[in-house]
This record gives sequence, structure tokens and C-alpha cells, in this order.
Amino acid sequence: MSDTEDHSDIGTHRLNAPKQTLEDAYAEPDNCLEIDVINPETHDLGKKRFTDYEVKMKTNLPIFKKRETSVRRRYSDFEWLKSELERTSKIVVPPLPGKALKRQLPFRSDDGIYEEGFIEERRSGLEGFINKIAGHPLAQNEKCLHMFLCDPILDKKYVPGKIR
Amino acid sequence: MSKLYATSADLEIELDNADDRQPTEIKTEEGKLEKLALFYDGENIKGKNPGKKLEHQGIKIEFVGQIELYYDRGNHHEFISLVKELAHPGELTQNAAIDFEFVNVEKPFETYSGNNVRLRYFLRASICRRISDIVKELDIGVHTLSQYPDINNSIKMEVGIEDCLHIEFEYNKSKYSLNDVIVGKIYFLLVRIKIKYMELAIIKREQTGTGANVYHENETVAKFEIMDGAPVRGESIPIRLFLANYDLTPTLKDVNKKFSVRYFLNLVLIDEEDRRYFKQQEIILWRKAKGAKDISASLKKV
Repeated sequence: MSDTEDHSDIGTHRLNAPKQTLEDAYAEPDNCLEIDVINPETHDLGKKRFTDYEVKMKTNLPIFKKRETSVRRRYSDFEWLKSELERTSKIVVPPLPGKALKRQLPFRSDDGIYEEGFIEERRSGLEGFINKIAGHPLAQNEKCLHMFLCDPILDKKYVPGKIR
Repeated sequence: MSKLYATSADLEIELDNADDRQPTEIKTEEGKLEKLALFYDGENIKGKNPGKKLEHQGIKIEFVGQIELYYDRGNHHEFISLVKELAHPGELTQNAAIDFEFVNVEKPFETYSGNNVRLRYFLRASICRRISDIVKELDIGVHTLSQYPDINNSIKMEVGIEDCLHIEFEYNKSKYSLNDVIVGKIYFLLVRIKIKYMELAIIKREQTGTGANVYHENETVAKFEIMDGAPVRGESIPIRLFLANYDLTPTLKDVNKKFSVRYFLNLVLIDEEDRRYFKQQEIILWRKAKGAKDISASLKKV
């Protein structure tokens, strides 16, 4: 045995860690959650006219009962979800795109809230909003979020509560 | 012919072996760095005390150790106060140098200069006069040194959010010397959130006051990114953080029952929406004495 200096006590060597299996390394990640807000459609005419959007979710998170969902939601439904979450939880809810009240006034030279550019802007803002809030671990416990994403019709008389 | 009496004098305190002593830098309240001669508990403090021709009521020198709480100015708490009389009331006719020595002075605490509290040791020479005294102060630095701790277990813990994020973190020690390296790892057991990056921070918590008047102030002394990107299940991220690069003091617990300085490691994970998930863990920092031996390391070889 030589008497050269033993550097093994310097103490910067990595700690032993369990080796990652190939299955874990190359499997589908456990955090898949994609929500698209697409296909804006304007319905009815006159006073009852409104635009709604398709909210399409793809996920592998076990907290969501279905892996894929598709529902149609309008701007006021998003407003409802935001106020429910603010009321029943302590989460700081991200902002929605604007209400655009000015666009709803009469005597405009363009289509107001049915203007193509505005609808696209609003669609994009709603997509950012729903992705941000659906990824929040505490919001995922709220019944209102699950109802918003999965149920065809929003039952505003629902009983607020937690999933788990 | 009447003698001319000086109204003022220059007072200097010189320490023996001042140049031989290793200086330590300490931040003053304004952020300036001062080099202080460094002393250890049990050493003597000697010096000279020259002056000019002057009439006086006595010359004395004091060695003071005191704690100053910034919110309570004017109320300095002196935990050491020693006085030596150097000259009886009389007259100084020329430049004079008076030797003094405080033998085996106990210096139980380290000098500390923080955001809300300061602990300092200083010599104060005074020439007492009828109307106003001539005073000169000289600060010295003190470090408290320790030997290797007898017990120094690693910190290993599994934490997380139910069904969202489970990690196991490990740090190789719970007590680190100021020149040590934090070696550790983060092992991911479950990752259901979208992580953007992970960082490790050292937080200094200064606690001042007692009872109802306790005040905490946290300061992030260091921040170090340890992972960039999204990990998956089964992944291990290594940690290697060299403490000598940062401005740290030893852990000071309940100094004279007036203040504490504690250190925490803060592990922070940030997700794609900038939400932060963190786990804070206290570590003990200590100052190694020269020649201190780590017995536990040599036992391992056997």
C-alpha cells in the first residue's frame, strides 16, 4: 500500500442515489395537462346573441376522472369559475381577459364583441387563464373546476366543496 | 512665566502585536468594511497611551463588551466592563506613553454586526477633565472557535404535496463549519406538476428582543440554482454548495439573552406558472479552531 495522500475524506463526493429505471426515464411524464380553448362560435341573433368556445382537456392526472373532455363554455362561465374559486378557496386566481364593455355600446363602426380580432384575443386570454388555474394543486381539489371542465352544463346551484 | 496649557490632546491606543494579528473584516452600519485586530478568548490586551502637555483629573482605560440594539439606541447593554486607572489627577508635561494590560479577559461572544443588532468589544481611553473628557475608542474583533461536533447526523426527509409532488431530500450534515461544503441530493418520487427549475437558498434569520418585543428579520444570504428543466420520477439532482463563498457567521443562539442568529437552507421548486413550493430546514454553522481534528473521519477508515 503506498503512502500517497488519501483524498477520499475531502467530502465533496456525490451522495449515493438510487438508479433511475429505463421505464421511469422514458415513460410518459406524470404531469400531462393540456387545455385548448378553440372553435369560437357565435349563436342566436339580436339580444340573445353570444359567443362560446370549445374547452378541450387532455390529461393523465388521476385527480381528473376522464382523460379527455370537451365542453362548450362562454365568457360568463369563465367569470363564474373565477368568482367561485375566489369565494370558496384561498387561491389567488389569475386575471381574465377584459370584459370589453365599450365594445358592447351601440353605434360602433366594427362588429364590437363579435369582431374577429377581438374574439381571437379573448380566446387566447381564456386559454391562458384556464391552463394556469387547472394546474394549481389546490384548485384541482375544487368541485367547481371539475364541473367547469367536465360537465356539459354548468349547474350554478351546485354545492361547493372539495374533491378530496 | 505662566505655563501654556493645552486645551486638547491627541489620544491614541496602540495594541501590542497588532500587525501580527490576523485582521477580520466587519461591516459597520453604513456598510463600510473595517479591519479589526482579532483576539480570542483568554488573550491579553496591551497598549500605549500617549498625550500632550495637559492638566487633567485622571486618565483611565476601559475594556468594554457591549450589545447594541438598533431600535433601542442609547440603551447599550454592557456585558463586560473593566476599568484600569492609568494616572492620578495631575499634569502631563510632554508626550507620554502609558502601558496597560487586561489579563485573561473573558470574551464569551463573537463580534457581530447585523441588520438590527451589533455586538462589539472595544477599548476606551479617557482623559478626564472638568468640562469635557477626551475620549478615544478602539474596536477589536473576537471570534469564538469550536471543535468538531461529537454528533453530526445527516438530514434526510421525504416531503411533498399529497398526490402532486413527492421528493426526498438529503443533506450530508446538520452542522457545517464556515468553510465546509453542503453535499446533498434531491430524489423525485412523484412529479405531477410542471417544474421549471429548482434552487437552494441560505437564509439568515436575526432575532432581536425578548418576550413581547421579539423581532425577526430574514435575509437571503445565498441563492444557487441546482436544476434547470423538468424532472421525472426516479431522477436525482446532486447538490454541492461551497460555504466559503458567502458572508456567513456561526449560528449564534441567545447571545446574552439579547439576540440570535440562525441559518436555514431553503429548497425551492418553481413551476411553469411561477408558483413556488419550498421546504426550509435549519442548519448549524460553526467556526473551526485551527488544528481541530475530525475524529469521526479517521474512525471510518478503521
